[in-house]
Amino acid sequence: MLRYTLLRILGAIPTLLLVIALAFLMVHAAPGGPFDDERALPADVEANIAAAYHLDEPLPQQFLRYMSGLLQGDLGPSYRYRDYTVAELIGTAFPYSLKLGALAMALALLLGVTAGTVAALRQGTALDKVVMGFSMTGISIPVFVIAPVLVLFLAVKLQWLPAGWSGTTGMSRYLLPVITLALPQIAYIARLTRASMIDVLSRDFIRTAYAQGLGTATVVRVHALKPAMLPVLSYMGPAIAAILTGSVVVEEIFGIPGLGQFFVRGALNRDYTLVLGIVVFYASLIVFLNLLVDILYGAIDPRVRYR
Amino acid sequence: MTRLRSIASCLLLFALASCGGVSDAPSTASVLQRGISSDPETLDQHRSRSIQAADVIRDLGEGLLGYSATGELVPAAAASWEVSEDGLKYTFHLRDGLRWSNGDALTASHFVAGMRRLVDPSTAAFYAEMLGDLENAAAITSGDIPVSMLGVEAPDERTVVLRLVQQTPYLISLMTHPSTFPIHPGSIAEHGESFARPGKLVSNGAYRLEAWVPGSIISLRRNEHYWNNAGTAIDAVNYHVIVQDSAEMNRYRAGELHITSTVPPDNFAQVREEYGEQLHVAPYLGVYYYGYNLTKPPFKDNPALRQALSMAVDREQLALRVTGRGEAPAYSWVPQGVNNYEPPLSSFAALSKDERDRYARRLYEEAGYSAENPLKIEVRYNTNDTNKKIAVAIQSMWREVLGVEATLINEEFQVLLANMRDAEITQVFRSSWMGDYNDAHTFLSVLQSNSAANMPRYEDEEFDSLMALAADQLDPEQRKLYLEEAERVMLADYPVIPIYFFVSKHLVTPEVEGWGDNVLDYHYSQQLSFKAVQ
Repeated sequence: MLRYTLLRILGAIPTLLLVIALAFLMVHAAPGGPFDDERALPADVEANIAAAYHLDEPLPQQFLRYMSGLLQGDLGPSYRYRDYTVAELIGTAFPYSLKLGALAMALALLLGVTAGTVAALRQGTALDKVVMGFSMTGISIPVFVIAPVLVLFLAVKLQWLPAGWSGTTGMSRYLLPVITLALPQIAYIARLTRASMIDVLSRDFIRTAYAQGLGTATVVRVHALKPAMLPVLSYMGPAIAAILTGSVVVEEIFGIPGLGQFFVRGALNRDYTLVLGIVVFYASLIVFLNLLVDILYGAIDPRVRYR
Repeated sequence: MTRLRSIASCLLLFALASCGGVSDAPSTASVLQRGISSDPETLDQHRSRSIQAADVIRDLGEGLLGYSATGELVPAAAASWEVSEDGLKYTFHLRDGLRWSNGDALTASHFVAGMRRLVDPSTAAFYAEMLGDLENAAAITSGDIPVSMLGVEAPDERTVVLRLVQQTPYLISLMTHPSTFPIHPGSIAEHGESFARPGKLVSNGAYRLEAWVPGSIISLRRNEHYWNNAGTAIDAVNYHVIVQDSAEMNRYRAGELHITSTVPPDNFAQVREEYGEQLHVAPYLGVYYYGYNLTKPPFKDNPALRQALSMAVDREQLALRVTGRGEAPAYSWVPQGVNNYEPPLSSFAALSKDERDRYARRLYEEAGYSAENPLKIEVRYNTNDTNKKIAVAIQSMWREVLGVEATLINEEFQVLLANMRDAEITQVFRSSWMGDYNDAHTFLSVLQSNSAANMPRYEDEEFDSLMALAADQLDPEQRKLYLEEAERVMLADYPVIPIYFFVSKHLVTPEVEGWGDNVLDYHYSQQLSFKAVQ
C-alpha cells in the first residue's frame, strides 16, 4: 500500500512537469501581452515595464527563471495584481473555492444519494418519476441559467438572501452559490444511485438479508448502500472537476473571490504567472485527488488489491 | 430511519447555512456601497493604469487640484496657484496644515517626490509620459539623466514649482490625475513596492484604505486627518467588485448598492422607465471608432475609398437603434463638451442620408470598385455583444449602400490589440479612445505620427505641424484655432471612422445627494451624502 502510494507520487512528477511546460508554452503563445491596452504605451515606457517584469528576455530563459522559482516554492508576482504574489492570491482565494466546493459536494451527495435511494425503493411509482423528472431538469439546465434565476427570485424579488457575496457576512452568502453549484450534481448522483441501487437490490445477498427478517431500512443501510455507492465514488473525480469548472461561472456571477474567478480573469488579462500558478495548483490537486479516490476504492471494495 | 436522518441532517445544514444575516445594510450607517467593474491592478498611483484604479485612488488621495461634482476644476491640496507670463512656470501654494492619514505633515517635497517617482524609469509607470512636458522628463524616462533633474521643486514647505519645456494649457487639469498625487516617502522607505497594500498605505485624501479582498471588495474609511474632514459626510465607502453588469444590476435591485458602475445594454428602455431619475446618463469623454490600417492596401493612399466607407455608416441608426443608451453620433474625433474647443464636423455631416449614399457610391466607383468587382475586407472587433451588433449593422450598411463584402472576425481583446499593433493582417478594426483630461489634446495627440496609440498609423505633415503650432501657442484662442484646424485636416483624410461618443451610465439611489453628471465621469465619494433618514 505504502509502496503503491509512493510509486504513484513519483509517477506524478513527470505529469506535472509536462503540464507546467505545456501551460507555459500555451499562455505565452496566446497573442498579446499582460500590459497591452488600447492606450498603447510610448516605447521608452514599454521597455521599462518589460524590463521590470523580465518580459524582454527570450522565452527559454523566462521558462528557466520560472522553473527555478517554482522549485523554491515561488510562483512569482502577479502581473495584474501588482501588489500581490501569485502564492498570496491562491492562498486567499482557495479557501473560498474550497468551502464553496465542499459545501456543494456535501449537499449533492446528501440529497443525491437520498433521492436516488428513495426512487430505487419506489421504482416505477409517481415518486420515482417526480425524482427522476427533477434530476433530468437539473442535468439539462446550465449553471449560468440557474444562477440568475435563483438570484432574481430569492434575492431580488423575495429579498431572503443576498444577491452578491461582498458586503455581507455569515453563511447566508454561500447559500445561493452552493445550491447553484450543487443542483446538477444532485441530479446526476441521484440517477447514478438509483440505477446502482436497483441493481444491488436485485442481488442474491439482498434476498438473503430480507429472508433473515431484516427491515428495508436496515437492508438498505447495512447491506445495499455500500456496494451501491461504488459508481458514485467513481463519479467523484469527474464531479470534483465539474464543481471546479462550474465554480468559475458561479464565482463570477456571485462575485466570490475564489480561484475560478482569478483563473478566468488571469487568462483574459494575460496574467502569465497567475494562470500558470493556478494550473500548477489545480494539476497537483487533481493528481492528489485521483490518488485518494484510488486508495478509498480499496477501502470500500475488498476485491481491489494494490500492488 | 436512514432516510429520516438524512432529511433531518439536510435541514440542519440549511438551518446552519442560513444563520448570519446581511450586515452593512446600505441605509443604516453612513456607508456608501458602490459597484466597480474590476479590481484595481494596484492602489499605487504610479503602477496603476485602469479607470477603476483611478476611481478608487481619487477617494484615497488628492492632487494639487480636483474637480467639483459637475466637472469644474477646483482647488484641492493647493489653495491657489499662478502661471508665469511665458506659461512655462507654474507655482502652487499648498493649504495650511495638510496631513497624511497617519498624522504626518504633508509638505511640498512630497509632491516633488511623487512626480519624480512617476517619471523614474525604475518605477515603470504607465503614465510616465503624463508629465512629459516638464523639463528633462523625457530624458529621465529614457534613463539618460538622473531623476533629480526633473523640472519640479519645492522652494519651501508649502510651494511646488513646475518648469515646462513648452506651453501646456491643460497642465493644471493634469494636477487632478492620480499619477501626479504626492507620495508618502516614509512608506516607500519602509515597505518598498508593496506600500499601497491595506495596513500599509498612507493616503492624503478624504479616505484611508481599510481592507481589500481581491476579486470582492475594497473598503475605505474616513481619514480623520484630511483637511476637509468636517466637510465630508460619508463615513465609509465599499467598492464591490462586480464584473458582470447584469449581476451588478441585480445587486442594485436587491438594495445592496447605492451606485452602479454601469447599466447593462439589454432592456435599457425598460430600466429607464422603471428607474426614471435614478438613471444618470451623461456625455463622456470617449469615442468609439473603426480604424483603417493605413500601411496596407486597400486603404493605403486611398482617401476616396476611406471616405466612401465612412459616409455609408448611418451613425444615427447605430446610436438610436443599436446602442440606444443616449450615445451621440460622431462626426468628429473630439467629442462635444471639451473645454475651450468646438469640434469641426466631417464635410458630409450636413447632407441627408440619400445624398450621403449617392456621394459614397460615386467615391466607391472612383476608387475602382463596382458590383462586379466589390471590395472584400475583413473587420476585426473584440468579442462583446455591443461590438458584435454594431459590426453586423455596419456590415449590412456597407453591403446595401456600396455592395462591399465585409467579413466579420471577432477576436479576444488581447488578440485584437496584438493585431492592431502589428498592423500586418488588420484592414478595419474596432477601437475606442477615452480622454485623460478635459482638453482636445488628449484626443488629437493620438493621431500624431509619433504617438504609440496611433493604431491606424496615420501620418500627415500638415496635421503634425498644426499640432506643433498649437503646442507652442501662448494665446488660448489661437491655440484653439490651430487644434480645430488640425482636426479639420485630419477628418478630411478619413484615417478613422468615428462612430459614436460614449455616455456614462449609472444608477444612483434617491437617498444619495450631491451626485453631479460630468464629462470625465469622476464622482468623488467625499462630495456625496445621504438624505436625512425620516
